[in-house]
Amino acid sequence: MMREINVTINGEAKVLTIEPNELLIDILRREGYKGVKRGCDEGTCGSCTIILNGRAVKTCILLAAQAHKSSITTIEGIGTRDNPHPLQQAFVDEGTVQCGFCIPGILLSAKALLDRNPSPTKDDVKIALDGNLCRCTGYSGQIKAVLKAASVMRGGTT
Amino acid sequence: MSQNVFKGRVVGKSVAKIDALSLAMGKPLFTDDVDFKNMAHVKLLRSPHAHAIITEIDTREAENLPGVLGVLTHKNASQVLHTTAGQGYPEPSPYDTRLFNKKVKYVGDRVAAVAAKSIEIAEEAIKLIHVKYEVLEPIFDWDKSLGNEIVIHNEGDAKFLIPVFYDPSKNHVSHIDAEVGDLDKGFAEATFIVDLTVRNHQAQHCPLEPHVSIAYLDEHDRLVVRTATQVPFHARRIIAQVLNIPISKVRVIKPRIGGGFGSKQEIVTELIAASFTLQLKRPVKLEFTRKEEFISARTRHPMTTRLKAGVKKDGTITTLDMKVTSNTGAYGTHGLTVLSNTGSKTLPLYHCDNIRFIGDTVYTNLPVAGAYRGYGGTQAVLAMEIVIDELASKIRMDPAEFRLKNHIKSGETSPIFKALGEGTEGVEQTVGSCGLSDCIKQGADAIGWWSRDEHKKKYNTETKKRGFGLGCIMQGSSIPNVDMAAAYAKMNDDGSFNLLVGATDLGTGSDTILAQIFAEVLNLDIESDIIVLSSDTDITPFDKGAYASSTTYLSGMAVKNLAEKIKKQLLDYAAKLLYLPVDELELAGKAVVHPKTKKTLNFAEIGTKALYTDNQQQIGAAASELSKKSPPPFCAHFAEVEVDIETGKVKVLRYIAAVDCGTPINPKLVIGQTEGALVNGIGYALSERYLFNAQGRMLNPSFGNYKIMTSIDLPEIETIIVKTYEPTGPFGAKSIAEPNISGPMPCLSNAIFDAIGVRITEPPYTPDRVLKAIQENRQRRNN
Repeated sequence: MMREINVTINGEAKVLTIEPNELLIDILRREGYKGVKRGCDEGTCGSCTIILNGRAVKTCILLAAQAHKSSITTIEGIGTRDNPHPLQQAFVDEGTVQCGFCIPGILLSAKALLDRNPSPTKDDVKIALDGNLCRCTGYSGQIKAVLKAASVMRGGTT
Repeated sequence: MSQNVFKGRVVGKSVAKIDALSLAMGKPLFTDDVDFKNMAHVKLLRSPHAHAIITEIDTREAENLPGVLGVLTHKNASQVLHTTAGQGYPEPSPYDTRLFNKKVKYVGDRVAAVAAKSIEIAEEAIKLIHVKYEVLEPIFDWDKSLGNEIVIHNEGDAKFLIPVFYDPSKNHVSHIDAEVGDLDKGFAEATFIVDLTVRNHQAQHCPLEPHVSIAYLDEHDRLVVRTATQVPFHARRIIAQVLNIPISKVRVIKPRIGGGFGSKQEIVTELIAASFTLQLKRPVKLEFTRKEEFISARTRHPMTTRLKAGVKKDGTITTLDMKVTSNTGAYGTHGLTVLSNTGSKTLPLYHCDNIRFIGDTVYTNLPVAGAYRGYGGTQAVLAMEIVIDELASKIRMDPAEFRLKNHIKSGETSPIFKALGEGTEGVEQTVGSCGLSDCIKQGADAIGWWSRDEHKKKYNTETKKRGFGLGCIMQGSSIPNVDMAAAYAKMNDDGSFNLLVGATDLGTGSDTILAQIFAEVLNLDIESDIIVLSSDTDITPFDKGAYASSTTYLSGMAVKNLAEKIKKQLLDYAAKLLYLPVDELELAGKAVVHPKTKKTLNFAEIGTKALYTDNQQQIGAAASELSKKSPPPFCAHFAEVEVDIETGKVKVLRYIAAVDCGTPINPKLVIGQTEGALVNGIGYALSERYLFNAQGRMLNPSFGNYKIMTSIDLPEIETIIVKTYEPTGPFGAKSIAEPNISGPMPCLSNAIFDAIGVRITEPPYTPDRVLKAIQENRQRRNN
């Protein structure tokens, strides 16, 4: 029982053919958005986080059908090698990308935060990243990097 | 500071990790990020019983399900006895498993595997396999397993390849007995004796990327296994061994790895994917679910550790007597070497003439233990650092002063280095670098150790009590006389180099560290001049893999040797072209120069000329290194906690780790290794645990119910790097990956004791346990 959904992914309008029981993570990975990572399949690790209509959501517990008529941002859509997003740059500069598996999800949770709150406190950042597990870094460099990126995006110096 | 410190051009600088931006862009770098056509998907049927014999297994219905491509069981899969431990050959782990065993030994043991056109079909087919079991009584308590009438491995053919003790008829995997000095004399001389038993628990590594392997045949029908592994070369060897094909017919590719922490030193997904590929002649993927990671991708070895120690009034430690029972679970992977490391990574830390270590590893019908960051050190540090605090308390000496007085110093040795190796005898060594005194002093200053009583008075309330704790840790760097690492490099037309390393970057940043070492010798820029590749068994040279804290120290030394060989080639080549004596030439910037005449040949000129026009040759080399020592990194951990005596909740307010890793090749990566490990360690100390029902089934195999630290649980953390210079390491470096995971268990136990006067010896220190300890303590006092 194939269905079609209309979505905008990283600014590009797409028509995707899905089965009603398919999860969004599987559709996005199938479409080549490999930055959406599979870490738990139960919405607890955050590796599959994307931004859906402005909110950070976990795609392993969303049906693809729920994304119909939605706007999606994946990690592939937020920066390029020559012009990385300030968050990507801050994570690189702070040395807080270790294995990197959780990083796309963390960056998107952070981006969703900064999009709605350009001047977060440290606690705001901790709360925004609470749903993203990282076993390599111990988080503190990542929290620092988000605050640094926020400052850069506000036009301040680092 | 009396010791040298290395100041480099690139070494010692926090250059950006070379793969960081690509990872932050979400590039398809991991095992499962490449699409394969016609790929089959695998699901495993796992044992619902902790101990049972498979009497009948009927797979016909599953095989007939449309879309099912194959089913493997003990009846048709390889029956080669092996170990899943990815260690050097011959492995110091028993050969006690087959791909599928007729006798299952824990809840989650492999019974069958289905390959199908989709994962959904494979899942459906699993339910159609009909198995009859003769259920046997299991044994779960590792303190009762030794010599129990329930025998777990009674097939009769399990064995070690190396000549060590092994008696599966008594569930006895390993026994180690080492003694130096005179124990009785030591106890007779002691003014006070402390005798303490601690029990640590299972834990999972929780890499965010689960175990995943994709096997396929290349254009020449060779088997290729693209896999999330810490040990590509051991994986290749074990795949060839179990599938009974030549090593030359196997290629293992390690792409980027999403963390491992020891769990990916186990060959748990490769063999089944590869078996199906050989059978079906198509790509096959096996990826563990998170639940499978918890149940069947190895745990930390739980242990019971008794440490009896004596101290004189003046603070001299007269005896250390350690007795360990280690639970390796259903199979013996790393059972011997984790056991020996419990002694060898703790007992040398303090001066003492009379030391005994007795260790036993036993089988139980619980999930399989394996390598986990800290590797036995974590378990024994718990006992050691609590006992050290108690000894100090007996003689009324400050715990920091007591450690400063007693810890091993640079230029000193311990008889334990020789007495305890990796399951066999060790290697004598003198400590060539030790910054532990500075670690203790700087950490103490940073946390306000010397004014802690005033601080506590200021903040203590009726129900919330502050406490300070300290713990010291050592580890090693590589396994001496066992581990070998190698690297190749070749020069390109433009003066850039390909650096090919067997060393396995699993997220640690070792590719970057090795590039820094290479760049330091040859005056190169990391970003523009060096292309690093790790690891591919067809392309990169051998390296034992990412374990035993050996990559920076050992693989780093191989790369340094390599760079020096190439430096000599560059000088020789330029000397010939410039008609100048080689001993008058030197490297300056990216060029060979003759200072007297100012004649210069830059690297791009050398690269082009060597390939196309003048004295043509490939500039490049291979080099390797065998470790002869295992220099310990040292750390001092300090914590401030707040204990709520009404709820039992322990809140870590501040945590400081002062670390000596010799020369920090890349300080930001050192901080990353330190903080990642200690946050894992705090989680292990406070909340992470395996819960089992009476039948041995794990009750909480999910991140929802197995609580690891998240950003909001984080205390204030500070890492202090104390620079020393390790004479045998590359530019003075030694390891840092492991020790920091071991500090929090004892450090927080000591801090809780300092806060409320209650000693807790069984982590995790969850509110219920702390509250119970408080109540028991109260009752003891009232009685």
